[in-house]
Amino acid sequence: MTDTTQPPTATDDKSGPIARFIRQTEIDTRLLGMLGALAAIWIGFHVYGAVVNGFGAFLTPRNLWNLSVQTSSIGIMATGMVLVIVTRHIDLSVGSVLGFCAIIMGVMQVNILPGILGLGHPLIWIIAIATGLFFGACIGAFQGFLIAYGKIPAFIVTLGGLLVWRGAAFLVARGETISPVDETFALLGGGPYGAIGGVGSWIVGILGVAAVLGLIVFGRRQRKTFGIAQRPVWADGFLATVGCGAVIGAVLLVNSYPWPRGIVRRYAAAEGIEIPPEGLFISHGFAIPVLILVGVAICMTVLMTRTRFGRYVYAIGGNPEAAELAGINVRFMTVKIFALMGFLTGLSAVVASARLGSATNALGTLDELYVIAAAVIGGTSLAGGVGTIYGAILGALVMQSLQTGMVLIGFDAAIQQVVVGSVLVLAVFLDILYRRNSK
Amino acid sequence: MTDSNTPLVELKDISISFGGIKAVDHVSVDLYPGEVVGLLGHNGAGKSTLIKCLSGAYQKDAGEILINGHSADIQNPRDARDYNIETIYQTLALADNLDAASNLFLGRELTTAAGLVDDAAMEAETRKIMGRLNPNFQKFSAPVSALSGGQRQSVAIARAVYFNAKILIMDEPTAALGPQETQMVAELIQELKKQDLGIFLIDHDVHQVKQLCDRAAVMKNGKLVGVVKVDEVSTDDILAMIIAGKKPAHLAA
Repeated sequence: MTDTTQPPTATDDKSGPIARFIRQTEIDTRLLGMLGALAAIWIGFHVYGAVVNGFGAFLTPRNLWNLSVQTSSIGIMATGMVLVIVTRHIDLSVGSVLGFCAIIMGVMQVNILPGILGLGHPLIWIIAIATGLFFGACIGAFQGFLIAYGKIPAFIVTLGGLLVWRGAAFLVARGETISPVDETFALLGGGPYGAIGGVGSWIVGILGVAAVLGLIVFGRRQRKTFGIAQRPVWADGFLATVGCGAVIGAVLLVNSYPWPRGIVRRYAAAEGIEIPPEGLFISHGFAIPVLILVGVAICMTVLMTRTRFGRYVYAIGGNPEAAELAGINVRFMTVKIFALMGFLTGLSAVVASARLGSATNALGTLDELYVIAAAVIGGTSLAGGVGTIYGAILGALVMQSLQTGMVLIGFDAAIQQVVVGSVLVLAVFLDILYRRNSK
Repeated sequence: MTDSNTPLVELKDISISFGGIKAVDHVSVDLYPGEVVGLLGHNGAGKSTLIKCLSGAYQKDAGEILINGHSADIQNPRDARDYNIETIYQTLALADNLDAASNLFLGRELTTAAGLVDDAAMEAETRKIMGRLNPNFQKFSAPVSALSGGQRQSVAIARAVYFNAKILIMDEPTAALGPQETQMVAELIQELKKQDLGIFLIDHDVHQVKQLCDRAAVMKNGKLVGVVKVDEVSTDDILAMIIAGKKPAHLAA
């Protein structure tokens, strides 16, 4: 080891190379555990499919691309649920609020705005989304207000919300399915046109690589400025390699999933392109909802780790009385946290209804449970004070991988429910064991 | 002690009751710059409750708080901080999941030009003040739940003295400390006195009050028994005030 900052001690000699590696790279062991679980799920389903069904469908560009799109909606909400759960609250209403926001946006862009602006007006999708996000944030703020100032437990307020907003969505549209959504709006749900293509994906990938390298260089400089012990150079190099490798791998993956032939034919006909006899390979690239999720994840991570707001969220979760005594306005913070949850639910409603191409009354049913499960599997403690954004997104990916995998290998819905429910309980149990042993 | 000046703090006729029980019943105490006033009494005598009116954790039902002779309106802990009142609570009031620096600066984080919290700068400041208060303190990146009682106490003390308090409230600051650390707190109190701070010290240890305080206010069942200069009374006198609720005979007249 080239580490010169720490003198070798007795424990260094006893701990194995893996423990030493983890300590020097400062990788979160919980993150490693989750990545390991994810890899096990992916490989497990692929091998099972290959052995039992004769075709391993899981580790294919097509499936992984779809998985990324399916994870987006739950993932966006899970980032908000982290804040809610960290502050010792719960939000059971997100699925219903999602349905309500979707209906509101559907009504706006199908029934109201075309009459005012004319069908296909470029402002329609923007106004519709703004309305949906506004309603989401207001509903969240209202529920947060009841919780913070009315002192009604969050469980009760949002359990009421679960029924109220589902019913309200029905009343708004009289239970009708609203479609088709605006064409630009539909792009936000993914699909061949709702992806940024090969070149765009490389641009995103290059930005990603630059960000990884920038963070590591910036980290080294910060540590130097304040005289905190540096990670060894090889450890930083390793992290940079893994980070850049993951980004480039993701770009290669999404670019190796081509448009289906039918869509290529239609596209070629519309653009007047001759299709060569061997076929035309047009890459999907990153789906737009996935980019939305990435954007949300970055913003929320900055919010939670680098702003006062995030610091207060953790402080309230750790000790609400201490937070109050430190001059934090805990009640107003609660309103803001629920408003943010509502806003993210609205954003999630955009992705979900755009993906479906319509707004239905049942959209988002049971989502609250998947969102809470994602946050909890991702290491958010229901006792409060602990939780990360990246954990919640990985949790959402684990949940979605399980579901997709079971569909691919032909498990029926009943078995899926049994497995997902069991995994949730098991994940929390493992988390408790982990915390007990790491103390 | 400078009796001639206006007091730093005057608590006048303060009353609070919880559900019909008068926790604090028309109590008046004052505090001068550079003075340590000890608050004594049984558990449940109302010391902590009285002091929480000043720190903003509770709102008084009746009475008036004067700071530097001006009426002060303290509705919550933020208001108290605006009057440069800092408190070390008996429970320490630390967020266990955060590290020492985050706790020290909680509610008053240092930020960079972009408005983001500046963790590195806060840690550097924390290292500075902890180096002065508790040179053995090393666990800067661990959550405070991983610290010993004494270390946690020193984080709470550091938080109170870092922000240039004028009025310091210490609710049993040495309860969790060993002899050496207790001595350190005693030295700190002497040093802060020299800087003209006024300190309210709640303590059970009569000897310590005799040693550290200039005056002692004794409470019993929510009422003030009396305020005495510690040099004019014996420990037995103070004990009699706490237990029997009577002022010593040679001062009663």
